This record gives sequence, C-alpha cells and structure tokens, in this order.
Amino acid sequence: MAQQFNTGYWAKDIVSSEEHKEYNILNVGPTHPATHGVFQNVMLMDGEFIVETEQTIGYIHRAFEKIAERRPFYQITPLTDRLNYCSSPLNNMGWHMTVEKLLGIETSKRVDYLRIIVMELARIADHLICNSVIGVDSGALTGFTYLFQSREFIYEIYEEICGSRLTTNMGRIGGFERNFSDKAWDKIRYFLKTYPAHLQEFENLLSRNRIFMDRTINVGAFPADRALAYGFTGPNLRACGVDYDVRVMNPYCSYEDFDFIIPIGQNGDTYDRFMVRQEEMKQSLHIIQQALDKLDKIPDKETFYAADPRFVLPPKEKVYNNMEALIWHFKIVMGETDIPVGEVYHSIEAANGELGFYLVSDGGRTPSRLHFRRPCFIYYQAYPEMVTGNMLSDAVLTMSSMNVIAGELDA
Amino acid sequence: MYRFNPYRDQLVIQKLSDHFPDVVQFHERSSDMLCVTVGNEFIHDLLLFLRNDADLQFNFLTTLCGMHYPETNQLGVVYHLHSFVNNHRIRIKTATDQEQATVPTITTIWPAANWMEREAYDFFGIIFDGHPNLKRILNMDDMTDFPLRKDFPLEDQTREDKDDSMFGR
Repeated sequence: MAQQFNTGYWAKDIVSSEEHKEYNILNVGPTHPATHGVFQNVMLMDGEFIVETEQTIGYIHRAFEKIAERRPFYQITPLTDRLNYCSSPLNNMGWHMTVEKLLGIETSKRVDYLRIIVMELARIADHLICNSVIGVDSGALTGFTYLFQSREFIYEIYEEICGSRLTTNMGRIGGFERNFSDKAWDKIRYFLKTYPAHLQEFENLLSRNRIFMDRTINVGAFPADRALAYGFTGPNLRACGVDYDVRVMNPYCSYEDFDFIIPIGQNGDTYDRFMVRQEEMKQSLHIIQQALDKLDKIPDKETFYAADPRFVLPPKEKVYNNMEALIWHFKIVMGETDIPVGEVYHSIEAANGELGFYLVSDGGRTPSRLHFRRPCFIYYQAYPEMVTGNMLSDAVLTMSSMNVIAGELDA
Repeated sequence: MYRFNPYRDQLVIQKLSDHFPDVVQFHERSSDMLCVTVGNEFIHDLLLFLRNDADLQFNFLTTLCGMHYPETNQLGVVYHLHSFVNNHRIRIKTATDQEQATVPTITTIWPAANWMEREAYDFFGIIFDGHPNLKRILNMDDMTDFPLRKDFPLEDQTREDKDDSMFGR
C-alpha cells in the first residue's frame, strides 16, 4: 500500500483518494522535448495514466489582433506569417483574399492557379512536418530525416517565388509581387516528379509497420459528434469521418475548377489523422498537377496580379520615371488607398482546418477590428477529453497528431 | 467565394421573426452574409433555437469574438454560425453596456465556446454568465486591463519622438 504523506512540503502535490490510491501531479512543459512548442499541461497522474489535465496557453502570445488595429492592410501580412509558421503562404493568401473580398477585387484565373500551386505546396510542407513528427514521437526518427529533404525543397521553391523561406510574406493583395521565374517552374515540376517516391518511401516505413500501428491505432480517438461540438476542422475532423473541407463547401480561389478527393477516416484516432494527412498530400500533388495543366492552356503568361492593382506596388523603373506611378506607390506605402466601410468573414482551408479572418473596416487605413479564427486554438481545448484515461506516452502522440502549432494557438 | 443564398436567408429571417418577435433585428450592411442583431438576454435561447431547429440546423459554431464600440460605450460579441447540412453561414451580434458587460454563456450548447469566451473575457472584459471556468487565457493572470478595448494604448504613451497625427489612427 502506498505511504500517505499528509503534512509538510509534499502534501500539496499528492492527492489521496478513498481507495488508498496515490495521485501525482506532473508538469509537462512549458518547454518539453515531446511537445514541439511552448505548451504546459499540468497532469494529475495515477501511475502512468492521466486522470485529469489542465492546459496553460499563451506563452508566445503576441497580441496580433491589437497590433493589426494599427497596421495598414498590407503590413498585416507579416503578422499572418507567424500564425501557423509551418505553412505561412496559406495564411498570407487567406489574408489577401479577405481584403480582396472587402474591396471587391476580382482576380484572374491565372492568379488563382498560381495561388493554388503555392497553397498546396504549403499544405504539403505542413502535413509533412506533422506526419514525420508523429513518427519521431513514436520512436521512428528515420522517416523524419527522409522527408525533411522535401520540405527543404519546398522552401527553395518559396525562395524562388518570393525570396524568403519560413515567414514568407508572399504575394500582395490582388496577386503576387512578381511573376514566377523559369527556375521556380523547373523546381515545381521537379518536385512533382520526385516527391511521390519520397512520400511512398516514408509511408512504407510507417503505415503498415506493426510497432507504429500498435502505438497509434485507437490512441486519442474522438467521436465525430464531440469533434463537431468542439469546433474541429481540417484533417482532425475528417479523421473522425466528417467530410468538411472549405475548399469544397465554400470554394474560393477557383477551387471549384479542380477535381480532388477529400479523404476521411473512421475512428478519429492518431492513425486515422496520420493517414488522412498522408492522403491529402497526394491529393495536393494532384491539384498542383492540374493547376500546371490549366496554366499551360492559358495563353497569357504575364498576368500575376489583378486588373485592379489598388495594393500592388508599381514596378520600380516606373516609380522612378513616371509621376502617376510614384504617387500610386506613395499612396500604397502610406496606407492611403480607399477602403470601403464594411465587414467580411473569409475562411480558407489551412493546413490545420478552417482559418477564418473576420475583418471589420470603418473606412480607415487600418482595420477597425480583425479577428483570426485559428483552428488550433479551437480544437486544442478538446485535448483533456482526448487524453484522460490514456497513458502519458499516448498523450504525447495525440498532441503531435493534432498538429497544435504554438504560433497559431497563441496568436 | 461564398455564394449568397437568399432563400435560406429568408427562411432564417422568417423563423426568427416567428419565434423571437420584437427582439431580433436584421441588417445586411455591405456584408457577405446575413447579419442578425439581438439583445444580450436572448442570445442563448436564440442560438439554441438555431441549432435545434429542424430546417435551419446551425450545428457548427465557427467563431466567437468580442467587440468594443467606444462611441456608444458598449461591448459586443459576434458569433459566426455554420450549417453543414445546408451550407449556410450567418452572423449574430449582440451588444451590452460596458460597465455591466454580461452575456449568457453558450458553453452548454457548444463546448468549443469555452476558450473563445475566455478569450473575449481576457481581451474585452465581457463576463459570460454561467461559464464554468472564466479566467484569463492568453494574458497573464494578474493583468488588470482589457487590452483589445479601444482605449488601451498599443504603444508606450510616454514616448515623445513619434507623431502619428498625420497618419489616421
């Protein structure tokens, strides 16, 4: 029988129950090698089983919603980079499309397809990190090192398109800052050719691996009705068997032109989340291939921003030699573009689910209020319900398979 | 792009006018979806009705956020609902007095509202009546201000080297 400590320094850490059990309090985090970010969980443990857990979040809160109230619209793009920093271009494009919706800017098909290529590359990069990290947390480091070459290659494509890698600040409101270079096209085509084999190699290592299946099947399972009540979106909801995808439900950016499958799981456990992400990467490759084919059919190879360039900086040589271009450049940089009064909600299917921007404009140079619907923040609150009764090692896997990104969680 | 669905909007307007006469206002204010304004004492009943009604079926709480209206000295909450069945979104707004900012909680309808309401409390000081664990979530616990209110300064107000008066807000 366990010894009872009732007095002294230890008393507050040990909760004794009627059955002469002894509970311990375990602090997982704020910085812990198994959490991949700054998360704290204070867990009440019965041996290795979790009885109760309480989360503390906000360690990297940066007040983006407040800062956005002082920034002109194009200066908010770098803030969105830092939400889900594993797939910054998705956030950038989502923000640009929100402003375009407010301003009523129509983009051409070519711009939409270019955006779709970038967004699907970002989705692959995000899912790739999540899935390889599930492998790492279950003890298989090898797949992680294999796939990171591909992520590096995607970052090289970003670099070719916009010049930066992690926090991309890619594109402009209305399109892109420059056309894709020939080198960028070569790299995208090379990636499409080589990545399926890498992905298959990674999948062969894990998907039918007995150890991996034993570690992940029925771990952190969550029923579909609870997932809906908790506001799950994205791969986590689809793993529970609900085929909700913003790309299909409310198509934006010409996604209605594309033919792809929404993979769903059954049990909503870690294995299903892994497999859904795995399949989504293949579908993303399929979408990129379709976008390339469609772009080949479009004779115009030069348009990379909307016909309404209210936020697209004019080319530098024009700025130096042409009065109107100089004035226009100045107005954009100083945030003097006319903004209508109104409010819009725009959501995109980001890598973790529905990333929404609720933008209220009072006609000023900055938003009067900007609210981010961050998918991580909403579904991470179900974590205690998912891990209670499970073992600590399963809780680690559950967290990594939910793909909770600290930047998105804390805004 | 979100497609405006006048038929479903009309259905929501009609149902709400029948069940909540005189307390619901509709307006579309250059908006992308139907926007409904309701008094804060009815918000829980209205959202529960929208979720449970067999024709409307707003089963998903997309997001919930706080608002501050300094000109009327009010705090507000904005709810975005989504019906997966009908693929229809609506926006619901409520406002309450800044000194006595109390709104009924909807954590009993959607547990997802738990942290969103804590966030709205944290940043605006809106008290959600009946919330199981209403405390600060992203800011530190001993903070006394509500930073997303418009009167909370973003920058250090003691600085004298910057003059923003030429640049709007």
